[in-house]
Amino acid sequence: MQHIRAHVLVCGGTGCKSSGSEKVEAAFRSEIEKMNLQNEIMVVETGCHGFCEHGPLVIVYPEGTFYCSVKEDDVKEIVEEHLFKGRIVDRLLYREPLTQEKVPTYSEIGFYKKQERIVLENCGVINPEAIEEYVALGGYEGLAKALTEMTPEGVVEEVKKSGLRGRGGGGFPTGMKWQFAAGSVNDKKYVICNADEGDPGAFMDRSVLEGDPHKVLEGMAICAYAIGADEGYIYVRAEYPLAIQRLEVAIKQAEEMGFLGNNIFGSGFNLTLHIKEGAGAFVCGEETALMASIEGKRGMPRPRPPFPAVSGLWGKPTNINNVETFANVANIIVKGADWYCGYGTEKSKGTKVFALTGKINNTGLAEVPMGITMKEIIYDIGGGINDGKKFKAVQIGGPSGGCLPEHLLDLPVDYDSLISAGAMMGSGGLVVMDEDTCMVDVAKFFLNFTQSESCGKCTPCREGTKRMLEILTRITEGLGREGDIELLESLAKNIKETALCGLGQTAPNPVLSTLKHFRNEYEAHIMEKRCPAGVCDKLANYVITDACKGCGLCAKGCPVNAISGTVKEKHIIDETICIKCGACMTACPFKAIVKA
Amino acid sequence: MKTLDDLKALREKLKEDIRVRKNDGIKIIIGMGTCGIAAGAREIMSTILDEIATRNLQNVQVQQTGCIGMCEQEVLVDVIRPGEDRITYGKVDVNDAKRIVAEHVVNGRIVEDKVIGKIKQD
Ligand SMILES: Cc1cc2nc3c(=O)[nH]c(=O)nc-3n(C[C@H](O)[C@H](O)[C@H](O)COP(=O)(O)O)c2cc1C
Repeated sequence: MQHIRAHVLVCGGTGCKSSGSEKVEAAFRSEIEKMNLQNEIMVVETGCHGFCEHGPLVIVYPEGTFYCSVKEDDVKEIVEEHLFKGRIVDRLLYREPLTQEKVPTYSEIGFYKKQERIVLENCGVINPEAIEEYVALGGYEGLAKALTEMTPEGVVEEVKKSGLRGRGGGGFPTGMKWQFAAGSVNDKKYVICNADEGDPGAFMDRSVLEGDPHKVLEGMAICAYAIGADEGYIYVRAEYPLAIQRLEVAIKQAEEMGFLGNNIFGSGFNLTLHIKEGAGAFVCGEETALMASIEGKRGMPRPRPPFPAVSGLWGKPTNINNVETFANVANIIVKGADWYCGYGTEKSKGTKVFALTGKINNTGLAEVPMGITMKEIIYDIGGGINDGKKFKAVQIGGPSGGCLPEHLLDLPVDYDSLISAGAMMGSGGLVVMDEDTCMVDVAKFFLNFTQSESCGKCTPCREGTKRMLEILTRITEGLGREGDIELLESLAKNIKETALCGLGQTAPNPVLSTLKHFRNEYEAHIMEKRCPAGVCDKLANYVITDACKGCGLCAKGCPVNAISGTVKEKHIIDETICIKCGACMTACPFKAIVKA
Repeated sequence: MKTLDDLKALREKLKEDIRVRKNDGIKIIIGMGTCGIAAGAREIMSTILDEIATRNLQNVQVQQTGCIGMCEQEVLVDVIRPGEDRITYGKVDVNDAKRIVAEHVVNGRIVEDKVIGKIKQD
């Protein structure tokens, strides 16, 4: 028998898997065996660390050395040099993008320094398929404490006191929601976890489920006890196969250990959990549509009230929360509401996980205390804008949210500040955009998404978003008319006020917020037929520069014969015939055609 | 599993399996430079790992280091107990390695006849 002296943690999140972490893990196992070190070194597959940009990630303990972008071919060197001889493989360490400084350990990297990890505390630290590792770090103590030392009312009170608000987008106080469900008298109640995660760009729920599934199960179990439910569903989209697989393993292990099932902790409390795979329609993330989908009906929302707390799944009182919301619960019970209130602002307690994407150096997942500024997220954690470009705007809250321009970067990120700035927290997707982005095009992108995801049940959403999209499309094609901006605004107002569910009620937000902060770009498109960022193809003027060698390839490539010129002399484009397809630019071998 | 205490007892047991990820406790550092390996550092490492397992020691971390320039003194083994000086042992053989674990790591008594250096830890 030998002491296990080192652990090699290989990230097995979806991001790292797609960049080859499975091969890396296999290589570690075989190289370690070749060196006959398998009795003293353990290889562990973990969930996501959030630093997906630099995957596959490998951390070696006890030193805590953080290796980035590890390829299969690098493994032999790590095993021979680091694991055998104790020499850190310098070239695979992370470098800070601004200083080029090499950083040996996890905790010193700028990306992690400003983070406060509560929800993600175990992600990337434990093997998500081994319940023992979760328990070793204090797992299921929240459930044990709730069941053996607290009344259901006491649990509700504690969650209310913590100030926790829903992380699924709306920000409704969680404790209050639990109280409503607890107060509904019925012999059958349900608890549901919303893991539909439909916002484009958001992947925090997936990462939590893949990296620490038991944390979500524990939160659900505590909730079920508090409201008096004995059955629950996790609604996950089928596009998340790894999350589903890990949830299945987790539920089975929790049942075997007695954390789920009958008479949990001898308290008489029973809970059965099921997984329901969704087909990936955005509207099925809306709670009433989600429940219809679980019931086997078409996923369409219905008017509320009655709220789910009164009449939910199969007409029974139901409490539904988001994955991240549930992932906060166990810590609140174990460490107490007062501890939790130590993070965040007066009205937004705790932390929020953001998915950083777009033109930013460090894309990935970051958990920060509420109230941190957008600037800190983008520059300190995100490492600033790619390729030395200038920041233009950040889109927050996905298709229901809005864009914030540079002068709002000092805004504290919390539910209420964001709403007052015309955006919203949403699920926490952050798309950073640089100077090359056209804001009308961005608005069109999001509206195109909501429009195609509209379920069609109510007229304002079905017809209204279509009309708005038509107007945006014609603006970007140079056919915008005077009065279009006003028409967009009045349609937006009507849809917001009359749509049946949150999808329609928030669909106009990307348009309204870009109109608010970037109205001049709309005006340039409409009045001057010009796209200031040079994105909208139909508004671009293609010009042949002096670099032209007169080869004639552009003229051959032009589908409408708009280009003329003699061989070996500079060609010209006839603006009146050109349809702005860009084929000439692709055809030119001398980069002599530019968009102006 | 009936009570919170049952769970806590289980946790204490399971905690040891992932202790390596905490980087705390007593450190044993073995010189694994080319010189160290040539002098038999691998065997010393295996011996120490065996001893830790046999004695079921919980809060010990084993690390390696490269050549520190005292090649003629290899195999070099350092022991750092939290809050105490870093002790460097030289010319460690299998027997010495067992003594170092039994005496210094377990009981806190330095194996004086093998010590070649002491470094104050802050
Ligand atoms: C169109 C639409 C899509 C939604 N998608 C999600 C989703 O993917 N995940 C989620 O947790 N909540 C989503 N919601 C919010 C849910 O309706 C519900 O408010 C939420 O699950 C409640 O949980 P919370 O209080 O923990 O945030 C969506 C709402 C709408 C209107």
